[in-house]
Amino acid sequence: MKRLRAWMMRLGGLFGGARRERELADELDSHLQMHIDDNLRAGMTQEEARRQAMLRLGGVQKTKQAYRERGTLPLVENVVADLRFAVRQLVKHPGFAATAIVVLALGIGASVAIFGFVDAALLEPLPYANPGRLMSVNESSVESPRWPLSYPDYLDWQRLNKSFRSLDVYSGSGYLLRTARGAEQVQAERVSGGFFQTLGVRPMLGRDFYADENRPAGPDVLLLSYGAWLHRFGARSDAVGQTVDLDGRAFTVIGVLPREFSFAPAGNAEFWVPLNRFSTHEKMRTFYNFWGIGRLRDGVSIPAALAEMTAITKQLQRQYGVTGRELSVSVIPLSEILIGEVRPILLTLLGGAGLLLLIACVNVASLVLVRSESRRREIAVRGALGATPLRLVRQFVAEGLLLALFGSLAGVLVAAGMMRLLGGLAPKDMASKMPFLGGVGLNAHTGAFVAAISLLAALLLAATPAMRLSFQKVRDGLADGDRGVAGRLWRRVGANLVVVELAIAVVLLAGAGLLGQSLYRLLHVPLGFDSNNLATMRVAAPGTVYKDDEQTLRLYREIVQRVSSLPGVESVGMTSMLPVQCNCAIDRIQFPGRPYHGEHNDVDERHVSAEYLATLKTGLVRGRFFTEDEDASKPGVVVINQTLARKYFPGENPIGQRVANEESGRPSTWEIVGVVDDVREGPLDVGTWPAEYFPIYQTRDHSFSLAVRARQDAGSLLPELVSTLHQIDPNLGVSDEAIMNEKIDATQAALLHRFSAWLVGGFAVIALVLGVIGLYGVIAYSVSQRTREIGVRMALGAQRGSVYRLILNEAGWLTAFGIVAGLVCSVAAMTLMRKLLFGVHAWDVSTLAAVATTLAVCALLASYIPARRAASVNPVEALRAE
Amino acid sequence: MGGDKADVWQGTLALMVLKTLEAMGPLHGYGIARRIEQTSGNLLSLNYGTLYPALLKLEQEGSIAAEWGVSENNRRAKFYRLTRAGKRQLEKEAQSWGQTTAILARFLASTEDPT
Repeated sequence: MKRLRAWMMRLGGLFGGARRERELADELDSHLQMHIDDNLRAGMTQEEARRQAMLRLGGVQKTKQAYRERGTLPLVENVVADLRFAVRQLVKHPGFAATAIVVLALGIGASVAIFGFVDAALLEPLPYANPGRLMSVNESSVESPRWPLSYPDYLDWQRLNKSFRSLDVYSGSGYLLRTARGAEQVQAERVSGGFFQTLGVRPMLGRDFYADENRPAGPDVLLLSYGAWLHRFGARSDAVGQTVDLDGRAFTVIGVLPREFSFAPAGNAEFWVPLNRFSTHEKMRTFYNFWGIGRLRDGVSIPAALAEMTAITKQLQRQYGVTGRELSVSVIPLSEILIGEVRPILLTLLGGAGLLLLIACVNVASLVLVRSESRRREIAVRGALGATPLRLVRQFVAEGLLLALFGSLAGVLVAAGMMRLLGGLAPKDMASKMPFLGGVGLNAHTGAFVAAISLLAALLLAATPAMRLSFQKVRDGLADGDRGVAGRLWRRVGANLVVVELAIAVVLLAGAGLLGQSLYRLLHVPLGFDSNNLATMRVAAPGTVYKDDEQTLRLYREIVQRVSSLPGVESVGMTSMLPVQCNCAIDRIQFPGRPYHGEHNDVDERHVSAEYLATLKTGLVRGRFFTEDEDASKPGVVVINQTLARKYFPGENPIGQRVANEESGRPSTWEIVGVVDDVREGPLDVGTWPAEYFPIYQTRDHSFSLAVRARQDAGSLLPELVSTLHQIDPNLGVSDEAIMNEKIDATQAALLHRFSAWLVGGFAVIALVLGVIGLYGVIAYSVSQRTREIGVRMALGAQRGSVYRLILNEAGWLTAFGIVAGLVCSVAAMTLMRKLLFGVHAWDVSTLAAVATTLAVCALLASYIPARRAASVNPVEALRAE
Repeated sequence: MGGDKADVWQGTLALMVLKTLEAMGPLHGYGIARRIEQTSGNLLSLNYGTLYPALLKLEQEGSIAAEWGVSENNRRAKFYRLTRAGKRQLEKEAQSWGQTTAILARFLASTEDPT
């Protein structure tokens, strides 16, 4: 207690030192006066009295010093002095300080920003109750490790399993919403009744579904997403109880989901509807359309649950005689489904950012080292004047800390900017699939990360010169002739650092090169159609209006006729699904006349109009396209792609052969009338699937996409197309208007590849610049240290050419080491990130060669400048300088 | 004066200062120094300079308080007085000092005895 009080007083004593000093001076003065008075009274002379008094006091300055030390905390005072001196040093060398801080800020900023994403995506728990126990529970087949459930299977799974506390399904669905401005196509999610309970999410307004609302023919009710409540109901609390017209049915709003709720697979779904109405095929055991999630019971492991579910599935397959699917089950943590896709990218980026940080620290450390070198004399003088080694080291530590502090502060600013920039890069509909983006920002986790890496940077920056200092004897610093020793030593340390820097730069450059190539190849995969000047949009026709086939057909024909007569339109086609979206809407086909043992003949199924494939400018290989009059009254026909022809009709002419499937639950056969080039239906980074195209006039979908071939700019056509469609029928829902090329650019595959290529590319450029600057620094320093040696050599008759060679030789070795080490590391690093590569190997020779050449050329340029300076040394000057 | 001795000296000096202030009432630094010398029968030759850091320490610990005033010879001087906490400390330390010296005395006596 007493100690604490004294310590606090001393801490307080750090301030107001001047006042206390004055007071002590007064006190000592009065002390002396009183003593002198006494001495005079004892009969001494004035002079003697004063001398005796001073003697007894033991020296005013010494007393003052002892008093001062007792008055404050000398350690703290010294540290403050060190820091003050360090600040002065930095201010005096603004070039050095600014370079070091900017370099550190870049490195720290980049890694903190990327860490922000990693944290939000991979470390933050999902916004559900106890998310670790949530599983994606689905079927699984050889081709698709995660395959949706059929509804009857779901019911049986739910009834039979003991592993899950609850099991629920969801399925995306589009509805036509009637609004004051006409029909609008909206996204909704159909979910089983316990869906929100399983996730552990409660509506913020109203209530969750009741059990009976989930039964077949239950009431039409729905939950609103927070966004829908905000935008469609103006965030009014009386939204609950109102009705919403979806597909001509009046749904009662029973609740509003909380703001932080998001479920990535449902994207931007605005309405959440209980599963209580089923189409004909949804009641079938072989119609797989529902995705399952479950909450594991306590104490049940994933393998145990998987084993149980597999046994149940096998039993169901036997019981219902389901053939044709070797279905097993997949039980995977839900988090894996929600973020699994971005994990390799984020980890790669984090790796890249980490390397950048390392290179930045190394660079600043070598800067600090060079400076400590040039302050050798100053240090030696201070040492000779009595500064303890500890005190000298502390000086460097203070400077390192300051640099790290300012660097991290600037780095936090850089990080905040970068996070905002990167977060904004993701297009809206993709961002909705990455709900974690909302959590990206400066928070406790990123703060701790900043603190950790700043501390590491500070340690590195403080340790480098401190270590350097302890190598050196004070005496040597003062002596003149030791320059060779210290110089050589620094050259060795600095050279190692530069090799590390160059190696890192090679790794990042190689990464950027490979990712860039992947992106290029991805964007140049053969599409099988001409994507230029193609306008697309989604159209939904209300089933309440277009009840029978006649009406639907009439609508199709009117759309084709009206749109193709617009000026600027070359032709128009309709399809159930546009290309380059996904390998979904899959059909399982059989071949009449061939034995069938339940093979997985899964093919992409598209329903298209007669003009569609011609509008895409897809090449016809054999046979013919459909004709306008091939409707339901005619025999079923199908056009297949080359992959299907090659796979199932090798060496045969497929024209005239037949395929069979269950269309809308009815067994149907279709005659192959044409073979077309492979149109890439699925994403860019997945190989082409077999595909079949049925005439939309024979299948009659209520929801379809238009592909409009424009004569010139497709983008300017879009508004007119929308208004034309609304003229035909204001109740048509029109959405997703976009031109094809933009749509392709915005696909997930293209975006993710572009994102990573640009970022790693950016890192690589910074790394290259830093590495080359580092090399320049080392060589320039080496030249400055060897000026005398070079002068002697030249005085002894060395040619300028040999001086060049001397310097470039040194740089060449460093560069060569750096490049070789870097290449080895690159191959290892690229193998780790091969998931992100597309159409290019980790050991792609041309990329690695290009990287090595780039770096070598840059390194040569960087070392040429100091070499030139060395060669232009005037021997007389150089020797006189000594 | 070596480092180890200094600590002991500091402790005893503080005790002497406290005792002096208890006996004499408020007193300035010079007065305290002279008084300690006199009390010790001039056996202790105090280096007056060492007194001031000790006074500062006691002040920081709250055992004494200081105030500027005027001395008997009409000189401005800083007067120190014992606080209540200082009084308590004096009692405690005097007692512990007494114990220490008693133990030491007995110890020294016993080692000389066996002859």
